[in-house]
Amino acid sequence: MIASAWRRFLGSYLFFSFRRDRIAILSFVVLCTFFLASFSASLLAPFDPYDPIQIDIMDSEIPPVWMEEGDQRFLLGTDAQGRDLLSTILYGSRISITIGIFAVLLQAFLGISIGLVSGYFGGRLDNFLMRLADIQLSFSTLMVAIIFLAVFQALFGTELYEKLAIVMLILVIGIAEWPHYARTVRANVLAEKKKEYVDAVRVIGLGSLRIMFKHILPNTLSPILVISTVQIANAIVSEAALSFLGLGMPVTKPSLGSLINSGFEFIFSGSWWITIIPGVVLVVLVLVMNLLGDFLRDVMNPKLYKD
Amino acid sequence: MALLEVRNLDVTFASWGGNLVALRDVSFSLEPGERLGIVGESGAGKSVAAFAILNLISRPGYISGGEILFEGQDLTQLSPQEMRSIRGNRISMIFQDPMMTLNPVLTVGVQMTEVLHAHREISAEEARSRALQTLTRVHISSPEKRFDQYPHELSGGMRQRVVIATALLTESSLIIADEPTTALDVTIQAEIMDLLLELCELNNVGLILITHDLSVISQVSQHAIVMYAGRVVEAGPIWEIVNNAQHPYTQGLIGALPQQTTPGKRLNQIRGVMPSLSNIPEGCAFNPRCQLVMEVCRTSVPTYTNIGSTRVACHAAGSAQTGNPLSLEHNKT
Repeated sequence: MIASAWRRFLGSYLFFSFRRDRIAILSFVVLCTFFLASFSASLLAPFDPYDPIQIDIMDSEIPPVWMEEGDQRFLLGTDAQGRDLLSTILYGSRISITIGIFAVLLQAFLGISIGLVSGYFGGRLDNFLMRLADIQLSFSTLMVAIIFLAVFQALFGTELYEKLAIVMLILVIGIAEWPHYARTVRANVLAEKKKEYVDAVRVIGLGSLRIMFKHILPNTLSPILVISTVQIANAIVSEAALSFLGLGMPVTKPSLGSLINSGFEFIFSGSWWITIIPGVVLVVLVLVMNLLGDFLRDVMNPKLYKD
Repeated sequence: MALLEVRNLDVTFASWGGNLVALRDVSFSLEPGERLGIVGESGAGKSVAAFAILNLISRPGYISGGEILFEGQDLTQLSPQEMRSIRGNRISMIFQDPMMTLNPVLTVGVQMTEVLHAHREISAEEARSRALQTLTRVHISSPEKRFDQYPHELSGGMRQRVVIATALLTESSLIIADEPTTALDVTIQAEIMDLLLELCELNNVGLILITHDLSVISQVSQHAIVMYAGRVVEAGPIWEIVNNAQHPYTQGLIGALPQQTTPGKRLNQIRGVMPSLSNIPEGCAFNPRCQLVMEVCRTSVPTYTNIGSTRVACHAAGSAQTGNPLSLEHNKT
């Protein structure tokens, strides 16, 4: 079964165009490296940035090895607290990617359910849900997140917040961006439900839920897949922006964004690497995701030709 | 007891400019195992009638009057749950284009067994074997292989066989086929029609065949009704209708068959087009296109008269003017 599915994939148009697209291959390899490296951070990283015993404040602000004052132990130098930058980046991208993926799962869950219901049932319910989406979209994600996270910190204190930071970020980013999914799914459902196969399954006597999830949803998967790659990149950027503003991950458990933020005050004193290196990592991570998203969109939408 | 009895069925579509009546006073009945043809041009209300039987008219349309008795039960009075247990289970439907009616992203097997899972407590194994059995009954080649294939991997004829097999899975006592062969080429058409006929006779299943092609109906069905602009204009045994059509519209349809033309001559046609629902002419809806139009046709809607075993709604019916003018013409030439 798995073997035949694999063979089917190897013979598919997706794989065919993937093999001929160098940018897609490169992006895919880079992305996989990121995922593997960050999720095996505890094995790969030379230090554990969460373990205070391994951190020595005397090692702070050591530049990367290739510079004059570099230290063999710290490949990419250290930050202001003496943490090894390479290890911190690995652990940090793990947090960033985790938040990105789970926030998008939440967005997808909300957006797909609401979009399906809205498109399938139509009428007043559709109007209500879509106006809700309009209202949600008229607030920018960052604004909603800033207000929400700031209020939470003020109400429950920073200590509790630091414990729940990951969950809070996932919730906020997830809830703020569902309308993108809802709109895409709804538009596709509107097109799909006019097709005869939907009449045919209604004639069979299936219930609405079964028709929506088993018959219509699989037909809208390709646009969902395309926006998912872009949305994960967006979620990672949102998280980084929030962390940069001091509302995201705490400095003790830095994500890429909070790492950039923590280095920012030292950038004029010459310690550029604390900000620039995580910044480059973030840009590359987001870039390859967007490139893969572009590739998927081109392949899965036959109506869109590119010369 | 009749298998299906439709009495004075009205279907209305609500719209801003007023209500549009898609079906008016449609009545017909079907005995168990009987085959009925519904003929008419596009827009005559054939498909609306089919969907009305299954209570699947989508908004803003609704059944505004009449009753649909299926095995003695009025389908218009059933709750959505009760209706769902009839759809696909007791009444099945086959659509025009098998390319469109099969879901492109699910395998044939998944779509077939879905019907069984929807109506019976049945294990996946058993559902699979039932589906394979039925695929064999529709004479599909290598059913085991087709079961795991996607619709795009099958040819048009095979897809329609799959659709027919799905309709047969639950042992329905009535199958509604809405132009089942229109999307297929002529040789496959004949095969599929033969198959439908064979299976219906074998299992004593009632069949409502909707088509615009009188010759198809004359091969398969025992009775026929002719529809025009939402009304039944003529109903009766198929041979009566083909050989001795009473309504000028039916005569026109028969005259338009290519078989009726002598080689080298233009095909006959009924002049004009079916009126849209929003401006159905007063009186008899067919009057602007009718060759035998009289003054009374423009003012009053004809009632049904029985002529032999057919029922016809025409002011001129039974008078000396009728007969089959087109075929008479041909007899002369």
